[in-house]
Amino acid sequence: MPKIIYIEHNGKTHTVEVAKELSVMEGAVQNDIPGIDADCGGACACATCHIYVDEKWFDKLPKKQGSEEDMLDVAFEPNKFSRLGCQISVSDELDGLVVKMPSKQA
Amino acid sequence: MIKTDVLVIGAGPVGLFAVQQLGLIGLKAELVDNLDKIGGQCIELYPDKPIYDIPALPECTGRSLTNNLLEQIKPFKPNFHLNERVQEISKENNNWKIVTSGKKIFLAPNIIIAAGVGSFEPRKFQVKEAEKFENNGVFYSIKDKTYFKNKKVCIFGGGDSALDWAIELSKFSEVTLVHRRDEFRGAGHSASVARELEKEGKLKIKTPFQIKSIEGDKKISGITIRTEDGKIEKIDADYVLGFFGLIMKLGPIAEWGLNIEKKTIPVNTENFQTNKEGIFAIGDICTYPGKLKLILSGFHEGALAARACFKLAKPNEKYRFEFTTTSKTLQERLGVKKSD
Repeated sequence: MPKIIYIEHNGKTHTVEVAKELSVMEGAVQNDIPGIDADCGGACACATCHIYVDEKWFDKLPKKQGSEEDMLDVAFEPNKFSRLGCQISVSDELDGLVVKMPSKQA
Repeated sequence: MIKTDVLVIGAGPVGLFAVQQLGLIGLKAELVDNLDKIGGQCIELYPDKPIYDIPALPECTGRSLTNNLLEQIKPFKPNFHLNERVQEISKENNNWKIVTSGKKIFLAPNIIIAAGVGSFEPRKFQVKEAEKFENNGVFYSIKDKTYFKNKKVCIFGGGDSALDWAIELSKFSEVTLVHRRDEFRGAGHSASVARELEKEGKLKIKTPFQIKSIEGDKKISGITIRTEDGKIEKIDADYVLGFFGLIMKLGPIAEWGLNIEKKTIPVNTENFQTNKEGIFAIGDICTYPGKLKLILSGFHEGALAARACFKLAKPNEKYRFEFTTTSKTLQERLGVKKSD
């Protein structure tokens, strides 16, 4: 299974295996990793699974769709590496993906 | 003081269907919701997004589902108390006393919490000065637009609310619209109107900027905005408005002595009662082994919770299980009984 590396805002790192087809958000929630709230459950409707994708990985991800960019408008302190975890599907290509969580989600 | 059989917290799909189940067995319900409209997440977050997994409805939207549920509960004439958040609950003899943010008081033997992920609240500015100035220069909604007349107003956000208020207030105030990226997500028409006003010098638009700080002692004197690359600008301002949509917060529910696990309320699956007698939790807010956060699960949970409410609301009556297809009593309650 692909490994995803989640880094909390305080630097604490969690490396977990996430089944393919799950989202980066689900990988965090199912492994009890703090820092991702996912209030709406993955409907791209709340922006509380906001993450900063590691610079080296950002361009390797499938591009954002319009609704994701719209939701990022209301995320907490978005920057150019911001994505919503619920919109990134885990695959073999993303083995080793590094994402960082913001200091809070809202 | 309003007396009722069941107070339902949350007017989303699950709360609405619970009212139908309660009505069928002869129980009266009152609904409280912090939003200004009925439908919960379905109406606030995805009114026009499609839903494909409601039994016997191949496709619907958040809005059409809400409208259908309202139609279905019409015979039971439930009262809605919108813009009200339940603040406190306390035990009073055999009843729960419930007090809302608008100081409405309810007395009911049963409470059904169908509050989803909690109540919707405006997303706020993250800079620390925003809290100090909240309601004294910093606002997240507009009640009276004349309040801003001839003032310097900074509006943040990229959706319809931000665009519409920027356009409206620009008629009689000095407005600067600030947004984190160059594109606006609001309706295309509003965005082009705003750009037109900018050309005419009637509205200033600053993108891609975010707030950095708010200046002022007792009153706001100005704000500082920044780009991601560190470019900084200062703007004179009397008022700062943020339109960043709504966020869900568990809120006061956490203070009622209920067991809470990861922002959800554990229940038993026999009747969806919480650790307090007469308080039930259904829909996304409840948790139990195997819980699925689907609307259809919430419907089932409401049906069972309703039966449990009967015992406390009518302790001297016996509950009888009946089918709507054949029961005259149920058909009378539904208002569909044909005369023989």
